[in-house]
Amino acid sequence: MLFNIELIKSRRVNMAKGKVTFDRDICKGCELCVTACPVNIIVMDKTGINAKGYHPATVNEMDKCIGCANCATICPDCVITVERD
Amino acid sequence: MAKVLMKGNEAIGAAAINAGCKYFFGYPITPQNELPEYMSKELPNNDGVFVQAESEVAAINMVYGAAGAGARVMTSSSSPGIALKQEGITYIAGAELPCVIVNIVRGGPGLGGIQPAQSDYNQVTRGGGNGDYKLLCYAPANLQEMVDLIQESFDAADYYRNPVMVVGDGMIGQMMEPIEFKEVKSTRTLPTKDWATIGTGGKRKPNIINSLALDPQELEYHNHKLQKKYAEMKEKEVRFENYNVEGAEVVMVAYGTTSRIVKNAIKLLEEDGIKAGIIRPITLWPYPEKAFDEITESCKCVLTVEMSEGQMIDDVKIALNGRFPTDFYGRSGGMIPTPEAIAEKAKEIVGGAK
Amino acid sequence: MAVVFEKTTGLVAGKETHYCPGCTHGIIHRLVAEVLVELGVLDKAVGVAPVGCSVLAYEYFNCDMHEASHGRAPAVATGIKRVLPENVVFTYQGDGDLASIGTAEIVHAAHRGEKITTIFVNNAIYGMTGGQMAPTTLIGQKATTAPLGRTVEHSGMPLKISEMFATIHGAAFIERVSVDTPANIRKAKKAIKEAFKCQIEGKGFSMVEVLSTCPTNWGMTPVDSLQWLRDNMMPYYPLGNFRRPGEDE
Repeated sequence: MLFNIELIKSRRVNMAKGKVTFDRDICKGCELCVTACPVNIIVMDKTGINAKGYHPATVNEMDKCIGCANCATICPDCVITVERD
Repeated sequence: MAKVLMKGNEAIGAAAINAGCKYFFGYPITPQNELPEYMSKELPNNDGVFVQAESEVAAINMVYGAAGAGARVMTSSSSPGIALKQEGITYIAGAELPCVIVNIVRGGPGLGGIQPAQSDYNQVTRGGGNGDYKLLCYAPANLQEMVDLIQESFDAADYYRNPVMVVGDGMIGQMMEPIEFKEVKSTRTLPTKDWATIGTGGKRKPNIINSLALDPQELEYHNHKLQKKYAEMKEKEVRFENYNVEGAEVVMVAYGTTSRIVKNAIKLLEEDGIKAGIIRPITLWPYPEKAFDEITESCKCVLTVEMSEGQMIDDVKIALNGRFPTDFYGRSGGMIPTPEAIAEKAKEIVGGAK
Repeated sequence: MAVVFEKTTGLVAGKETHYCPGCTHGIIHRLVAEVLVELGVLDKAVGVAPVGCSVLAYEYFNCDMHEASHGRAPAVATGIKRVLPENVVFTYQGDGDLASIGTAEIVHAAHRGEKITTIFVNNAIYGMTGGQMAPTTLIGQKATTAPLGRTVEHSGMPLKISEMFATIHGAAFIERVSVDTPANIRKAKKAIKEAFKCQIEGKGFSMVEVLSTCPTNWGMTPVDSLQWLRDNMMPYYPLGNFRRPGEDE
């Protein structure tokens, strides 16, 4: 992954708390955000498809989000809004 | 106002500046170089900007940008350079922008020659670039008329939001005649350019200058909008001069400097007892079809005289609609017809001198 | 919690792009829009859209826009900037538009030192027209007009635009960046900001070449495309600054 999360956790760095919101119907299912997330919490929602017919990106383990905004940075479609403490 | 003796190409520049033209983008090509040279010297003295572009293609695209930004802008070239500009011209027409394009015609096709010609008639009246559009096209016959029409052309371009072309030839570009620069009084009510891309200022939605419409119905509606403009031009902008047409045995049709040579031929024919007249289109588009209504039954033939192998003759035939026989006399490659040769041709038509 | 990332006002609200899934145009559009907003110049920005996939860019940027013919955007931008020197004028062009048909216009805009900013999107292929070879297509890379892969003998080596422009005096800022990782995207944004500042400060022509992907015409997934970019494009088109204001001729 892009940086070593276990190493950071082992140094007891206080990770920020983050929250991401996906505008489900504008996602094109490209999966770039999945590769950019350093805590590997983004998944493609295979349980359903959005209005465009794609499996949209989503997060099921929001408590692990650190609000780094890597996902939103790499998203070509401004699907993701990021909040952070 | 006093008259000044000026060279045609320079007079065009002076007339343009007088009309409020502030921007000129051009490229060197014989026989119009005096015009960009004049503009490079005079525009900076008149709060204007001159840029010599890297090609005629680049120049017309600079015009496109400047026109979209709301400016009074001009370019000029000669036949092969005008051919290069066709893409840009169709974009300007499609995007509904105003500009003035001057074509100092030379012999063709291809690189051709540098001597005067009128072989761009089709290029300027039949579009030249792709799609359904027209240019309001003026063809002055002397420098005073040239200067007056240049001043008019900026207003017409702004009024119609369409490119306007002024067609001269090497003779008009190079000759020197006395000219009076009249005060420009606009006869048109010009709309404000609220469509120009000067920045939203945070106060309005973005303006978009564009000729692309991927939806075919949308593009058809756009074409209908353009056609309405051309219909209005046909109704209001036709200009021509008829001389000696009523009762003439031979009616000649010629424009630009050729028309002056034809007028000399008419004098020669008079000496031989032949009555000849001339229909002189001043707008090549819209074509002055109604000028041909003045031809009377005495006319044996309508003789089109062009410095080409015959391009305007098609419009003459359309205007006549078969009412009179037609014939053609032309010189091409930069050769200039003589009054004697034209008179000879007319004599042939009427069956000799009287 | 505070919002730390949301869609910029530099892009038209509620407008979704027509670009393919994973197309880097979306990222680059956003960076340009964010920079215009952050520099406070969105209100006086005028952009020129090219012919290519981003032909519809005029629908996405929230500022006045012109549609140019193929390759001519720098000439159109020159016309606009000469009329409106206080405005911020930019062109956004692909590799066919800039490096093929438009080579004269871009070279001369830089040569004259036109104070415009060009965003050059290099994805080594013609996207909109279905995957033909571009001047920037790599050796061995397959395209619909080079079905066996580009060869030097037939088509020459791919064109290195940023390197070429490093020799032009009027080009005040030339940098090549990539948008393949969040870190590189942030660096790309810095370069784009510097390029626009160069224009605002009247220093001359500025251009940012952005290495980009075309998943559809490369025949790969968006994620694999980013890797292909790293493995193949970066070695040939190295990232970095090629010219800054005030550097030697």
